[in-house]
Amino acid sequence: MSKILMKGNEAVAEAAIRSGCRLYFAYPITPQSELIEYMAKMMPKVGGTFLQAESEVSAINMVYGAAGSGKRVMTSSSSPGISLKMEGVSYIAGAELPCVIVNVQRGGPGLGDIQPAQGDYFQATKGGGHGDYRTIVLAPSSVQEFADMASEAFELADKYRNPVMILADGMLGQMMEPVEFKAAKTDAEIAELGHQHESWCICPNEDGDMKHHHEINSLEIDPLVLEKHVNDLYAKYAVIEQKELRYESYNVSDENEILCVAWGTASRIVKSAINELKAEGKSIGLIRPITCWPYPYEAVRKALGKKVKKVYVFELNTGQMVEDVKIAVAGKVPVDFWGKVGGIVFTPAEIKEKLEACFK
Amino acid sequence: MEVIATRPESLTKTPFTYCPGCLHGVAHRLIAEAIEEFGLTNKMTGVAPVGCSVFAYKFFNFDMAQAAHGRAPAVATGMKRARPDMHVFTYQGDGDLAAIGTAEIVHAANRGEKISVFFVNNAIYGMTGGQMAPTTLPEMKTTTSPYGRKTDDIGFPIRVSELLATLVAPYYIERVSLLSPADILKAKKAVSKALQYNSENRGFTFVELISTCPTNWGIDPLKSREWAKENMLPFFKPGVFRDKGEGVE
Amino acid sequence: MPRMTVDPNYCKGCGLCIAACPKKIIRFSENINAKGYNYAECFEQDKCIACKMCYVTCPDVAITIEK
Repeated sequence: MSKILMKGNEAVAEAAIRSGCRLYFAYPITPQSELIEYMAKMMPKVGGTFLQAESEVSAINMVYGAAGSGKRVMTSSSSPGISLKMEGVSYIAGAELPCVIVNVQRGGPGLGDIQPAQGDYFQATKGGGHGDYRTIVLAPSSVQEFADMASEAFELADKYRNPVMILADGMLGQMMEPVEFKAAKTDAEIAELGHQHESWCICPNEDGDMKHHHEINSLEIDPLVLEKHVNDLYAKYAVIEQKELRYESYNVSDENEILCVAWGTASRIVKSAINELKAEGKSIGLIRPITCWPYPYEAVRKALGKKVKKVYVFELNTGQMVEDVKIAVAGKVPVDFWGKVGGIVFTPAEIKEKLEACFK
Repeated sequence: MEVIATRPESLTKTPFTYCPGCLHGVAHRLIAEAIEEFGLTNKMTGVAPVGCSVFAYKFFNFDMAQAAHGRAPAVATGMKRARPDMHVFTYQGDGDLAAIGTAEIVHAANRGEKISVFFVNNAIYGMTGGQMAPTTLPEMKTTTSPYGRKTDDIGFPIRVSELLATLVAPYYIERVSLLSPADILKAKKAVSKALQYNSENRGFTFVELISTCPTNWGIDPLKSREWAKENMLPFFKPGVFRDKGEGVE
Repeated sequence: MPRMTVDPNYCKGCGLCIAACPKKIIRFSENINAKGYNYAECFEQDKCIACKMCYVTCPDVAITIEK
């Protein structure tokens, strides 16, 4: 398969279709409108359903319905629209339904602006919606990764019957990079996928006899039943934490004097600064969470190695993931933070300057 | 020599950010003129939507609020209930009012909130780059109806004026167009009436203004007006659907 | 003597006033404003009848009519 130069928004849409997603419900919002437009063009070509809902609230509820019917379904939006979806995500998690949600983050809070940001980390990883649940969160840092995460997200969603969020940003959504796509699922494979959830989803009864009565529901009015349900959810999440953790160690070694932790677009910029400083003889490592939930606490802890005297966290927000870093580091070494907000993306030069100052 | 027409004081000096030939600016001017003519400027406030007119709060020369997408009628309700001595309007496009905001407009109208709603209908989403709107015409191509709006799949355009006219409470509902100077003069009468009723706290007033989107329709400003006349007016018919002041129920 | 003037800072060269003028005395200037638009200008003020149709149709409220 050859590489295509493609915009992030379109690449993730293409990858989703190849993963067998045949249902997409969403609403336009900058900077991810290219995603919905790509779906509008391509879904009919593969016999799938594209529907522009009247709002993001409606869209996530359409997702609930389609997911409850056992089919691979996706929605996408950007920060303010993702906020609207949060009630729906809580319902989806409570009802244990599989689905994929793409957030192409922009500057906030409120209407904010349309430039890239990472201000939705808390919303994605610490709740977003009400109640006790967790969303599996994947954070890409390149268009290739963004596309690859589409199929991963659907696999995880189906395996665990849970919402999965791909937490991207306006930079990834808009930029164009070479992408190599996986082979598209065949019609037979998609048909097979459509049957995988028939033990619990809404589907026809055989021969009209009431052979099953499935309920897609998050209401458990008996508190003892709800208690058991939530505990079962968390038993599931414990398995996910065990088995589905993903992160990258970049230039991590016992020679590191500083450890950086960064995710998404920010991590690429930090890597550039690390490389420049490496050429100047400074040893700096980076742990890049790929799953923001589950979070690689242990990896961060281990990467403190022998010589690390400071952990530096860089994000395009006022300090969100840094709180998870502090939990991991547990006071062993100081944790510094520097970020940019307003939808402004920092430069490698700015990161380098901050890191250099640590060596003085 | 005296000045008989110039930029109203109730508009700021900030140049509009609309595309050349977009009729949003005309709608703004009509509202601003009427506000000035009724001496309402000092007690006037409005709510800007999400859409091309998101920056309306910069263009009107009085206190303005900016609301989340579709929520302007709810925000206006809060504002009017908090300060009944002030006069409130919302200014919304087809995504804001007829898509995400359908609950808010129906319920503000149904409660008979003493606000004016100005609804600019150009059958498309402008700000986000030309996607389909609930008011997009059958077979019309947009970036999210690239093969044309298929009515057997996603139905027909929504006629908001007629929809709201099924409610008992609204005081005044009229649809006008901005597609020629003569139409604009008629539209001015409707805008004035809405604001006059508003100034007297008579009830919920609503004016739907048929407009163009040259940029996303891909047609120049002059031809856009022709296109709208031929294609939009037969479906969105101008007219008075309610006017309790004139006995039209 | 009635006259219409266009403020070049507001005009976006949309052409609606040119189409609206019954006396056909408005044209695009050869000059451009700071935004690069050929703004509208009246080239025969003596013929202006202050009908205000240009003002009515201008979406940028760029026009002033005096009488």
